[in-house]
Amino acid sequence: MFDRDLWREIFQSINMNRTRSVLSGFTVAFAILLFTILFGIANGLNNTFAEAFADDANNSIFIQSGTTTKANKGFQAGRQIQFKNKDLDYIKEEYGDKVQYITSRIYLNVNASFRNEKDSYSVRAVHPDHQYLENTKIKEGRYINQLDVDNKSKIIVIGRLVEQDLFLKTTALGKYLSLNGLQYKIVGIFEDDGGDDEERLIYMPFSTAQRVYGNNDYIDQINLTYNPEMDYDKAISFSNALTRDLKDRFDVALNDQRAIRVRNLANESKSVNQMTFGLGVIIIVIGFGTLIAGIVGVSNIMIFIVKERTKEIGIRKALGASPNSIISIILMESILITAIAGYIGLLIGMGVLEFVGPSLETYFIKDPSVSTTLVVGATITLIIAGGIAGYLPAKKASQIKPIVALRDD
Amino acid sequence: MLNIKKLHKSYPIGDSSLHVLKGIDLSVEEGEMVAIMGSSGSGKSTLLNIIGMLDEADEGEYILDGVPIKNLTEKKAAIYRNKFLGFIFQSFNLINYKNALDNVALPLYYQGMKRQERQELALFHLEKVGLKPWADHLPNELSGGQKQRVAIARALAADPKLLLADEPTGALDTKTSYEIMDFIQHLNDEGKTILIVTHEDDIAHMCKRIVRLKDGVIMEDVKVEQVRASQYV
Repeated sequence: MFDRDLWREIFQSINMNRTRSVLSGFTVAFAILLFTILFGIANGLNNTFAEAFADDANNSIFIQSGTTTKANKGFQAGRQIQFKNKDLDYIKEEYGDKVQYITSRIYLNVNASFRNEKDSYSVRAVHPDHQYLENTKIKEGRYINQLDVDNKSKIIVIGRLVEQDLFLKTTALGKYLSLNGLQYKIVGIFEDDGGDDEERLIYMPFSTAQRVYGNNDYIDQINLTYNPEMDYDKAISFSNALTRDLKDRFDVALNDQRAIRVRNLANESKSVNQMTFGLGVIIIVIGFGTLIAGIVGVSNIMIFIVKERTKEIGIRKALGASPNSIISIILMESILITAIAGYIGLLIGMGVLEFVGPSLETYFIKDPSVSTTLVVGATITLIIAGGIAGYLPAKKASQIKPIVALRDD
Repeated sequence: MLNIKKLHKSYPIGDSSLHVLKGIDLSVEEGEMVAIMGSSGSGKSTLLNIIGMLDEADEGEYILDGVPIKNLTEKKAAIYRNKFLGFIFQSFNLINYKNALDNVALPLYYQGMKRQERQELALFHLEKVGLKPWADHLPNELSGGQKQRVAIARALAADPKLLLADEPTGALDTKTSYEIMDFIQHLNDEGKTILIVTHEDDIAHMCKRIVRLKDGVIMEDVKVEQVRASQYV
């Protein structure tokens, strides 16, 4: 296989029959070109979805409260439902094994100032678990921990852009920031893939917020992630059970959609996943279909080539060529043509994706590209494809009888 | 050198079969130059093909240089052809996209010889047929006589025990034919065993022995006085 003379023979033969080789390579190049573009577009769609969910863990469940719209169990409609710490504890106790992370959220708006710089920001008062729920990345310092919660410490973790806005000439970590006139120590700075708004947030322990702003145990929202070992269907039935329990707990009618709202990302993930899967299957089917058409094309032309070269093969055999050497020369030629043509198709495809990629963003196709894995996979597929395309013609060639081939006609 | 006993060969034609060789007995000693003559359909080409291991006999014995040639696998036949036999064809059968040198070197390639070595050896044989200056020419840039000389150089390259020529002058004019025959005679003078299939009497008489075939049997097998081709050149 790595015989230099064999390669010389193959290149000589390809070179002498350029038109023929180019023609046979064309179908393969086209097949791979189509496949690459399709794959890139699918990748682009995937990227769009992935970005939409990058902000949150995709096994998140959000629980929010509102006002009742239906009278139930003696209560009138229009009652405000308010979550408290004990509701979060209840979920933890009741569904401990199904919950991975859980946090409360209290929303506040504050005016923050450091020296002469001031601006207004949103504050989320949370449990330490919130970091994992929101995919918050700590850039400097640390996140809120249990000790902060227990001590109701006046500490905050600020977004990267908050630091950028307010701390012009110095760094924020360890400094005190004034929120509505109260001094909070900055213990950490975070980054978030969810966009600029997410990086203009301030986090503080929920217990601190409850003591400072109202001295109560109210919670605005409960976020949790379900145990990732559960599949989508289990996760959805879990959140359905949770919804029922909470409605019961607050004496809300089961068909009241406003009083307690539970949003499970599993629902969305499931449909996105199904769609991505469906898309993937379609692309693989189309891609392989074109590739098979390409293989058949090469195979066809190789059969023709063998026919055309019958006499030459007969001469070679009369001069002492073994059947194996005939098979390898035809097979390698086929593999080489397929591989080179396929690679050209792949490169053109990648070029096209690179070129038109940016203009496709309006169509929800972001950063369409093909991965290294695909390139490696395509190479292997092409070599196998070339082998398949060449095998039958090569076998046929090796069975040519020199006496038949050399007959003068 | 070559020993054939009771050789039979038939070809199927539709439902019936055509009995081409009907019990051939032939033995050729080393250094002989034998012409096999016969009209078309006499079986002379079939006999040459069997001797050349391009075809296999149905029945009978064929021993070449002490090696029985029977039930050969394709691979074995290829090795024997390469080692024992050199072919010269009527239509030259050069590979048209390879230059003269590469054509001559091809049997050496199938022997597994290194490129450098086989180029040198091929050039040596090309020089012997007087075509060294044409080494890098493609076959279609050569005349008929030159092509046949390249083919002879190719047949000699692997230093075969037996040279088989199937109508070697069939596609050439008389003058060129004699030149080629002169050349083949010189090879025989040097000790090569040569078998020539021909239907031309003058060519046959340039050999040392004539075997006449008719309807698949040997009619006549005589030693003749060799006519030297050089006197016509």
